Amino acid sequence: MAVTTANKPERPALNLRNRLKPGDWTFVALTGGSALIAIVLIVGLFFELTNQAWASIHHTGIGFLYGTTWDPARATFGAWPFILGTLLTSVFALVFATAIAVLVALFLVEVAPGWLSRPVSYMVELLAAIPSVVYGFWGIFVMGVFIRDHLGPVIVKSLGWIPFFNGTPLITGLFSGCAILTIMILPTVMAVSRDVISAVPRSQREGILALGATRWEMIRIAVLPYARAGVLGASILGLARAVGETLAVTLVIGNSVNIPHNIFAPAYTMASLIANQFPEATGLQQSALIEIALVLLVITFAINVVARLLVWRVTKGQHVVVQE
Amino acid sequence: MTTFDRSTAVVRSDRLYRRRKLLNQAVTGLMVLAVACAVVPLFLIVFYLVKQGVPGMSVHFFTQDPAAPGAPGGGVHNAIIGSAIMVGLGVVIGVPIAIGTGIFLAEFGQNRTGSIVRFTIEVMAGIPSITVGLFVYSIIVLRQHHFSGLAGSVSLAIILIPIVARITEEMLLLVPRSLREASYALGAPRWKTVLHIVLPTALPGIVTGIMLGLSRIAGEAAPLLFTSLGNEFYTSNVRSPMDSLPTRIYTYATGPYDSWHQQAWAMSLLLVAIILVISLAVRALFGSRVTVRQ
Amino acid sequence: MSDVQTGQEEEVARRERAASGRIGAPWASAVETSTPPEATPREVAISARDVSAWYGSKLAVSGITMDIAKHSVTALIGPSGCGKSTYIRCFNRMHEFAPNARVAGTIKVDGDDIYAPGVDPARVRQRIGMVFQKPNPFPTMSIAENVAAGLRFLGIRSKSEIADRVESSLKLAALWEEVKDDLKKPGIALSGGQQQRLCIARTIAVEPEVVLMDEPCSALDPVATLKIEDLMRGLAEHYTIVIVTHNMQQAARVSDQTAFLLMGDDGAGHLIEYRPTQEIFTNPLDKRTEDYITGRFG
Repeated sequence: MAVTTANKPERPALNLRNRLKPGDWTFVALTGGSALIAIVLIVGLFFELTNQAWASIHHTGIGFLYGTTWDPARATFGAWPFILGTLLTSVFALVFATAIAVLVALFLVEVAPGWLSRPVSYMVELLAAIPSVVYGFWGIFVMGVFIRDHLGPVIVKSLGWIPFFNGTPLITGLFSGCAILTIMILPTVMAVSRDVISAVPRSQREGILALGATRWEMIRIAVLPYARAGVLGASILGLARAVGETLAVTLVIGNSVNIPHNIFAPAYTMASLIANQFPEATGLQQSALIEIALVLLVITFAINVVARLLVWRVTKGQHVVVQE
Repeated sequence: MTTFDRSTAVVRSDRLYRRRKLLNQAVTGLMVLAVACAVVPLFLIVFYLVKQGVPGMSVHFFTQDPAAPGAPGGGVHNAIIGSAIMVGLGVVIGVPIAIGTGIFLAEFGQNRTGSIVRFTIEVMAGIPSITVGLFVYSIIVLRQHHFSGLAGSVSLAIILIPIVARITEEMLLLVPRSLREASYALGAPRWKTVLHIVLPTALPGIVTGIMLGLSRIAGEAAPLLFTSLGNEFYTSNVRSPMDSLPTRIYTYATGPYDSWHQQAWAMSLLLVAIILVISLAVRALFGSRVTVRQ
Repeated sequence: MSDVQTGQEEEVARRERAASGRIGAPWASAVETSTPPEATPREVAISARDVSAWYGSKLAVSGITMDIAKHSVTALIGPSGCGKSTYIRCFNRMHEFAPNARVAGTIKVDGDDIYAPGVDPARVRQRIGMVFQKPNPFPTMSIAENVAAGLRFLGIRSKSEIADRVESSLKLAALWEEVKDDLKKPGIALSGGQQQRLCIARTIAVEPEVVLMDEPCSALDPVATLKIEDLMRGLAEHYTIVIVTHNMQQAARVSDQTAFLLMGDDGAGHLIEYRPTQEIFTNPLDKRTEDYITGRFG
């Protein structure tokens, strides 16, 4: 079949290349340049910190990660007590904050009527806006006192038969660090969990309700399995935040380079150690502290990646959630 | 095949039913308890902030520099101004880079390069703020041999960038395609479309992001500890060490003096009040339509 | 097995009556053929008296009175928006999940007032099941787990009993042959039509008295639709079926009784006509019914 090729007007191809006009190249340069600055900053950060930490890395080697003695005077730098401190406080906060946050999120989505859920939701989110240093300050003068005088003795009385829980509650200590972190990451985990739980389709809920389920059964059978991945991601996001928290923890954790032998003993986390010792540190100690910052960075990075992947899968990659 | 005995099923479920109802009520009770656990700290914080903080807010609190340690009187004028300067400068430095990156991601980011940039921004967002402080200490303070408000501003800017960049990208992507296509159909070049059509439409959301980021960095102390350090005296010279509310709160909180503690409460109240006002303003102006997950 | 026998007898008798054209009151046909001659009300599965339903201040359903006979298939037809779904959701107390929902009137299931004070809606739903418009199997469960989902609320825990019920439910839902080799496959791995039959199996596994179906075939292709229509007869031997459909041919094919609802001037659904299917389609009494059936609107 013959095709007549008359003088058809050239249809511009609908691709990117065609859409860019002369002024656009400046535009690309400016925006691309900004993006480049961001990349340079991050890469630069990694390189610079590694550079600064090199003296210590070279000095202590891999033993840095499991060494238990931190004695700058003797040039001995073992970071394990602080890694442990970070681990203990963050995992504690993860477990308890997630438990409370999921229950709160379930309450807000499944139980509370609209006029109650909106203000309560907002109030919990407000907790996220309070600066770390204010948390720490309040933590000493209010929460810490409460732990020393009321909560601590209760814990010793009920769980004191376990050696780790048998100690003298003070205002500061490992437990205070755990408690303040729990409060601090609660709003983040709650907010994401609430979004994930709201995203469970109505049809799922109706399906199990139509079979005669009670509300808790509906939550257990239709909502939670569906929201599992997202809630997990939310809690790991909270973990990432907890690991990096500095000043609130510094103010309440007691600041001791020794491994805590009970839950009320003073301790250090990686971040709080840096905050406390860096101002006076010189030479090798300074380098060692920066090495700790690097270890912290790697841990934070790994946790963030895992968390983002999980939350992404459920909420389809939306970080800014549009809600009524 | 069994014959379904309805009567037995009903009897069985009677005993079971009571257990199920009880469990349901127990869980509801747990939920209420959890809400209390979440809300009580907030009330306690606000209560103590107000109770302890208001008495400290006198005129000289706002207008005077700190007195000698332990001496009565004095204020935190230097910290208030210092915070304002450094946060402002941090915004001036960080926002253009952030918006530029956000635009880049929204307009040109649907490919491999975009993924790399987006990933970088993610990483940036996750860096502990104290580490940012260490970085800026290393590249600015060490090289200049002195602490400075400028270094502090730079570290605040670095913390601000990922926050604003993410929101900018999201807001730009929310602008309906039809709007862009209408502009292209009229023959407008890419840059004009973005600058004159897309950006203005997304602007409310972007401003929200900036304000939220601002309220976040206003409360940051860790990155300032090793960059701007702090200053007992008022200064507006960014090349010298500068004081800020968060760092002063930190100093006073760990100090032994009651007057310091009282001022720390007042500063905390001031800081939280500012952040609250910004948060409410954002909500009032742009509705509760947008919230940011960090 | 005697249940099945009675059901078959009923079926034969029903067909004979339909052919002979001898019909009395809407549910009288079921009364005439059910084996023990008992008082009329005992043969009524659902008795609705002056039922109205609201969404806040918006009236959606107005003053519907009807009796639905046991083991019948009743179709609710009418143009979209006339409250059919809202109405049947009152039967299993699902309507009250809508914000500011309200129900007035009396609904009795096998003589029990389901809105009496102190009645737990969850228990009502164990007696009245529902199949929804869009198939909604639980994605984190296998086929067998889906079917067995409601059994735990009846206290059925023994593995053998659960397996028996799963098998018989899937057989009755005409899905057994297709899935029997792999019951551990996830419920959502099935096709749309199969998923809907899975949902039907899930609903009947708990042995409700009534199965409500809210436009069960509207999201399915014609072949899948036919498969589901075919199994209605078998279902009716064990349960009472109430099906909402916007497809008149479907109503004519599967149901014994048909109720025609229409939105009135008050914006709410009213019951216009409720008669044996044969009659309503061949000789509608109300002009509005005739207009709808002949396609003049809706």
